[in-house]
Amino acid sequence: MSGPRVLIEGGRIVDPASGFDGTGVVCVADGVIVGVGSRPDGFEADHRIDAGGRIVCPGFIDLCARLREPGQEHKGTIVSEGAAAVAGGITTLCCPPDTTPVIDTPAVVKLVTERAEQAGKVRVLPIGALTRSLNGKDLSEMHALKRAGCLALSNADRPLANLLVLRRALEYAASFGLVVVFRPEEPWLCSQGCVHEGAVGSRLGLPGIPETAETVAVAQALPLIEQTGVRAHFGQLSSGRAVEMVAEARARGVHVSADVAVHHLHLTESSVDGFDALCHSRPPFRTTADRDALLAAVADGRISAVCSDHQPHEPDAKLDVFPETEPGLSSLQTLLPLMYALVAEGRLPLSAAIARLTVGPAAILGLESGRLAPGAPADVCVFDPAAVWVPAEGGWVSAGRNTPFWERALTGRVTATLVGGRLVYPGETAS
Amino acid sequence: MSVTAAADIQLTASGRLRHFLTIEGLSRELLTRIMDTAESFAGVTAQNVKKVPLLRGKTVVNLFFENSTRTRTTFELAAKRLSADVLNINIATSATSKGESLLDTIRNLEAMHVDMFVVRHAQSGAAHFIARHVAPHISVLNAGDGRHAHPTQAMLDVFTIRRAKGGFAGLKVAIVGDILHSRVARSEIWALNTLGVDEVRVVAPKTLLPAHVEALGVVPYHDLNEGLRDVDVVIMLRLQLERMGSAFIPSEHEYFQRFGLTEKRLEKARPDVIVMHPGPINRGIEIDSAIADGPRSVILQQVTHGIAVRMAVMSMAMHAGPDLEVPV
Repeated sequence: MSGPRVLIEGGRIVDPASGFDGTGVVCVADGVIVGVGSRPDGFEADHRIDAGGRIVCPGFIDLCARLREPGQEHKGTIVSEGAAAVAGGITTLCCPPDTTPVIDTPAVVKLVTERAEQAGKVRVLPIGALTRSLNGKDLSEMHALKRAGCLALSNADRPLANLLVLRRALEYAASFGLVVVFRPEEPWLCSQGCVHEGAVGSRLGLPGIPETAETVAVAQALPLIEQTGVRAHFGQLSSGRAVEMVAEARARGVHVSADVAVHHLHLTESSVDGFDALCHSRPPFRTTADRDALLAAVADGRISAVCSDHQPHEPDAKLDVFPETEPGLSSLQTLLPLMYALVAEGRLPLSAAIARLTVGPAAILGLESGRLAPGAPADVCVFDPAAVWVPAEGGWVSAGRNTPFWERALTGRVTATLVGGRLVYPGETAS
Repeated sequence: MSVTAAADIQLTASGRLRHFLTIEGLSRELLTRIMDTAESFAGVTAQNVKKVPLLRGKTVVNLFFENSTRTRTTFELAAKRLSADVLNINIATSATSKGESLLDTIRNLEAMHVDMFVVRHAQSGAAHFIARHVAPHISVLNAGDGRHAHPTQAMLDVFTIRRAKGGFAGLKVAIVGDILHSRVARSEIWALNTLGVDEVRVVAPKTLLPAHVEALGVVPYHDLNEGLRDVDVVIMLRLQLERMGSAFIPSEHEYFQRFGLTEKRLEKARPDVIVMHPGPINRGIEIDSAIADGPRSVILQQVTHGIAVRMAVMSMAMHAGPDLEVPV
């Protein structure tokens, strides 16, 4: 393996995995990190990156981002969303299996990973389907998916037929050390809901998704996770109560972890007031108390990862009456600024914010990346914590512009992203 | 509670009515002006020649994505009595055979140089969506969107209450029935609280009350006898059987036993209580025929008032009302 020798100098290095926080250099050679803080003897750089006034940290690992390929290329592609990811400092991302076709065979896993390699930006880890075609009934060929490179399986947003299927799926996945990712939502309790069931939804007359849709699903899954011994992860929790339930199980030694989508640390049920379809999200934005509980859990590590839950859409998907619009936010490029806003407001220590984007998700999947240690993959993010930018025409890379933060000033901008020692952002023309 | 999102879009910079989408965010003064204007039109509708030329040359489109006879008819009569041209368009929407998008429909009608859309739609937020996207000269009137709002119905209800009671101070009002699915109830609650009644109660089993219903500014009751005690106005809601996808009540029989309005139950209310119903009535399910047709019922007056109130809202939204020179 060969690659350019890169020297990143002058920045504040923050590596939560080692606890290192100080000024110094990061040296990269042959796609791996060879020095942190000081330069190894005889290291000569081919390329220098001036990180003066900037923060140098491991590249971000995003546990949930939809690329829309294969099957929904009118919303986004591996090329377009991969470029958006590295523009947001993300060096590895997991894509859920609900593509068309579903990621339930090694062939589709290979299709996604090969296209990602050709695109040459972000590392893409496809999550395999837990059941065939996500039909909720028949187990997928999990071992074949593992051999094809899947580290985790999930049924995305689709329900399972019954709890026996869930039990068998967890047992079988546990046999091969696969992580099972849940997006907990009890389908019957969701009914036709499209917003949080609460004061705002009641006032707007929008059908609600109660908190219990999430807590009941978590409560159903936890004993089966414990019984089967599977390594399980709850993605995109939206309620404080569900976080408590997962944390309580974890404290008892159950192998569970949890993440939250970054916008759930900012937006609440009030965001949909005026029928703002850009804030139509699944799970819905809940109460201020829920948002604060999610943030507290991110701060103390009960939630060990924060993801983008990126869902790019074409404009028409949001141009309809609220309940008819498609849920989801385009959020690869708002991941860092929204996390950094919490740091700037003094609500989250910088090291914790970076940990939840790096070593936290790496530990959930057992990845080597997410740290700036000699020998680790040279996946690095350099960002300017003071730079103010506005998501708008020109600076926006994702094919989906569906974000309520459009044309709103954000602080914290990525200035360089390295994947495997290669500078993938900014591109050659821009650097 | 933030009302700016609702208020911003339906008022002009000078505070005049531009669209009429929801009662939320409108001032007591504006609601009073609508009622006063309606009062002046109530005379017109009783005359031999029932027309005034306020909207002559204007085109009003009744855009109904959901079937309705009564509401469409009263809007049509109101527009015609204001001398407007009226176009009725019924668009049956089915999820399976969805043709052109809602926005395309609106663009096509706009191209025909119409002046006002009266919109009914099965989904909450439809009128807001259309108002946000129409050409600047077009007014949008909400004739009912999902469970969200039915503001002209609420205005004709408060107009009827004002005529019967003389005002709103000190009144206790009970709204009985399916609050969960009711856009009428949501708009009435806003209107009654804005106009300063003493108390708004909602009476229903928990399955038919929205979450955090107290936040709407009401006191919930699950017992009709309790809920009717000393009230001045009872508004019975239609049990919207067609909207009930799953089990909300065990049977119509049991519902009437617990929540149906009977003479005996009405004795709990004040002696001069009035009984209202937005229609259409399910006799024997939510209300006894003897009450619906009895002396305390103002149900048919509501229908009559509906035309005057809709004339008022239409003329004010087109800035053609008798109050043209008066700042709001």
